[in-house]
Amino acid sequence: MEKHVVVIYPHPDDEAFGAAGTIAQFRAEGVPVTYLCGTLGEMGRNMGAPPFANRESLPMIRKQELQNACNVLDIDLKMLGYRDKTLEFEDRQEIAKRLKTMLEEIKPSLVITHYPGHAVHPDHNALGAAAVEAVGLMDPSIRPTVWAQAITNSFMEDLGKPDIINDISPYFEKKMDTIKAHKSQADGILGNFKKANKLAKDVQDAAKQRLGIERFYIWEF
Amino acid sequence: MKPIDIENAQQMLESFINKEVYVHVETTNGAYASHFNEKAYNVGVFVRNAKVTFSQAKIVRDGNVYRAGLKMPMGWIYAEGLTDWEIYEYDKLLLAGHDREGRLMVAMQISETPFDY
Ligand SMILES: [Zn+2]
Repeated sequence: MEKHVVVIYPHPDDEAFGAAGTIAQFRAEGVPVTYLCGTLGEMGRNMGAPPFANRESLPMIRKQELQNACNVLDIDLKMLGYRDKTLEFEDRQEIAKRLKTMLEEIKPSLVITHYPGHAVHPDHNALGAAAVEAVGLMDPSIRPTVWAQAITNSFMEDLGKPDIINDISPYFEKKMDTIKAHKSQADGILGNFKKANKLAKDVQDAAKQRLGIERFYIWEF
Repeated sequence: MKPIDIENAQQMLESFINKEVYVHVETTNGAYASHFNEKAYNVGVFVRNAKVTFSQAKIVRDGNVYRAGLKMPMGWIYAEGLTDWEIYEYDKLLLAGHDREGRLMVAMQISETPFDY
């Protein structure tokens, strides 16, 4: 059993869409989970449907949504305070060193993050790279396992079969509740899944197909 | 935000003329454009808290959308595809263009104090 799991993603809602089922499973087993969330998703395009946010009010709204989502999952939250869409322009070494310090304090047995270079959004790739680097800098005797999540359309062809293929059906409802906690983002993004998957009967169906399994690669150092 | 009210938006724009102001301009089609549609391009530009002055400011209607342009001593700033506006925190003018799904595509914002965070 894991001792403590740290999730490192850049945006409020990455934890929901990417790993909420896996997180819920760890919580059900009594494993503490801490989310290190890189930004407040300040640059999000979704403003709610119908829109209720604007560019200036969005950060505080998303901060509250993030806190709500972490309450749904019953996990600890630490916000890193970077700005959405700028992570790749920061000094990666600096971010890695900061993450390393935090990890040495939390002492996780497992870190979940994005697979650098295979995670579509530049923030995902940049923070994933910094997280992998941070763990790599740790002393091997205390180094946690890293599960890296790839989300490109071609990740299976590019990286092969994921090491962890987690059917999260038992926690699907929890996952949807976590997604819905991100009110300003949920409808717009779920609608996108529906559009991208014309075979799906409805949004719930499209969500199940896209979100029912969470996949990770074990990073080799 | 509300659909642009051109008279009041014009008046608000003019209130910033010949003052040192902070401008936010942005266009985006999101980081996932080519993820959901391989034929799409990801494009965007983002400038936050550029300190400028302008001597002329105009908002122009074109069908259901608007363009706004600011004439500076040494150049111009303009935005196209604006649909909505809001006066935010009393003195900040927010102009934005949203798509059918209510997602932000373009923004131009002006304030006498820096936009925070
Ligand atoms: Zn994200």
